[in-house]
Amino acid sequence: MAEVEESNKPLFAGLSDISISEDIPVEGDISVPVGSQNTDNDFSTLDEPVKDTILRDLRAVGQKFVHVMYPKKSSALLRDWDLWGPLLLCVTLALMLQGGSADSEEDGRPQFAEVFVIIWFGSVIITLNSKLLGGTISFFQSLCVLGYCILPLTVAMIVCRIVLLGGASVVSFAVRLIVVTASFSWSTFASTAFLADSQPANRKALVVYPVFLFYFVIGWMILTFSPSQ
Amino acid sequence: MLSFNWLFRVTPAAIHVIRHFIYSGRAHRSVMANTDFLLQFQEFEDDQGFTENNQGATTVTIDDPIKSRKQRKATGTSFEEEDNDDKTELLSGEKKSPPFWTFEYYQTLFDVDSHQVKNRIVGSILPWPGKNFVEVYLRSNPDLYGPFWICATLVFVIAISGNMSSFLVNYGQPKFKYVPDFRKVTMAATAIYSYAWLVPLALWGFLTWRNTKITCLVSYSFMQILCVYGYSLSIYIPAVILWIIPSEGLRWCSIVVALCLSGSVLVMTFWPAIREDKPRITIAITSTIVILHALLAIGCKAFFFSTYELDHTEPLTTKAINNNSSINAN
Repeated sequence: MAEVEESNKPLFAGLSDISISEDIPVEGDISVPVGSQNTDNDFSTLDEPVKDTILRDLRAVGQKFVHVMYPKKSSALLRDWDLWGPLLLCVTLALMLQGGSADSEEDGRPQFAEVFVIIWFGSVIITLNSKLLGGTISFFQSLCVLGYCILPLTVAMIVCRIVLLGGASVVSFAVRLIVVTASFSWSTFASTAFLADSQPANRKALVVYPVFLFYFVIGWMILTFSPSQ
Repeated sequence: MLSFNWLFRVTPAAIHVIRHFIYSGRAHRSVMANTDFLLQFQEFEDDQGFTENNQGATTVTIDDPIKSRKQRKATGTSFEEEDNDDKTELLSGEKKSPPFWTFEYYQTLFDVDSHQVKNRIVGSILPWPGKNFVEVYLRSNPDLYGPFWICATLVFVIAISGNMSSFLVNYGQPKFKYVPDFRKVTMAATAIYSYAWLVPLALWGFLTWRNTKITCLVSYSFMQILCVYGYSLSIYIPAVILWIIPSEGLRWCSIVVALCLSGSVLVMTFWPAIREDKPRITIAITSTIVILHALLAIGCKAFFFSTYELDHTEPLTTKAINNNSSINAN
């Protein structure tokens, strides 16, 4: 009977009878276990030397450059996207298109800001276009791919500047034309290899054409570059 | 202004008629008896147990907004679109267009395939008498892909061709040093995009205003007008590429040909919307459309492809020769 009575009592009913007097000491041990630093190495990179951090990022960027130069069907560019490479390439290209001395009469040449805006704004527009057409690629992945695929055109720019050191003649123009055309088609082909898979099959041409236009315009800016003398 | 009370009276009638059209053999007879593009629904006139005055108009707009005059008792503007929307809603379940501040709304504006875009471009270049661009190619699926990228291509083609033509004109002149003129891109972009957006806006506003005064059979939504204008600019891309060759006769020739082709497409598209109006207004609108189209081409040619350099440098060289000869004579 007593047990039934006890079981009929609501839970915790007995706790109200407990009174805590001040002279009962409460003691325990509040401390973080020290031995957790070994498991933190994978998550926290705050303690490593700066050289390691920079080298790791540079190695990631370099690896993506290799992927662009030899475009195979790999998803490394898409999976670990980063925007360092595109920024580096864009700034290099815009600086090299400046031409050295700032002549006031020849201000028809593209300014640094214009090249920068064309590259980034163009990439954003192409990304929006591919998303509106129903693509499955994410916004920053697409920006990453488009930015990295400017690498062949940057290489062509360097080659053009070297060729122009020997003077501007018809032969140098022919050489520059061939180099720029080759790198422009390489860029378009490389970015198509990454972007076209994310589109439905009947809209691939609609997505590839803006990419073609984008690299064509950049190639045109490189081809018509003439250094001031 | 318009009141849409009639829509709620007319929709059950529309449902009945649609079912009749789909399931009755009389529809086939009426379609095949017609030789031209318009569908005649004469057989349904005695079917109007629930007769309304605009019954004929409702039945007629199922497939084609352009109907014969006998059938039409025009009631208001843009009810074809409402009718089409009603029909799609009835036939395909719940299909609501998303609000314009969501991403999905803009996705519906890009709902085209590659071959559709190709067909639309071809349709805007080759005018076919009797084929209205909006009817045949757009139906109720105007897209923004075509207008936007055709304008972008046109901007860059104008800038590149302008630079190339000025280079070719001055090639061989000893005093000339070629510098790519990048400002042409920004100027061309402003000109072309404002034409492609402001003129359709003005035209749509004007047509909507006229529709309140004169009940018209056919009216186009803003997106459709925008689409037509965007695709009509596509003929200028090969024309601009031809302008690289520095020959005045060839340039004027290509302008005239391009203007004829795309101007006729535009006029044929908007003709059904304005032919019910007063003749003066009709002529005014038609000529405005053609003149604006021509002004765009001529303005671009004059501004970006000016051959004034040819005349400018020739006096210089002749003057130099005269000076030399006068110096030699002394």
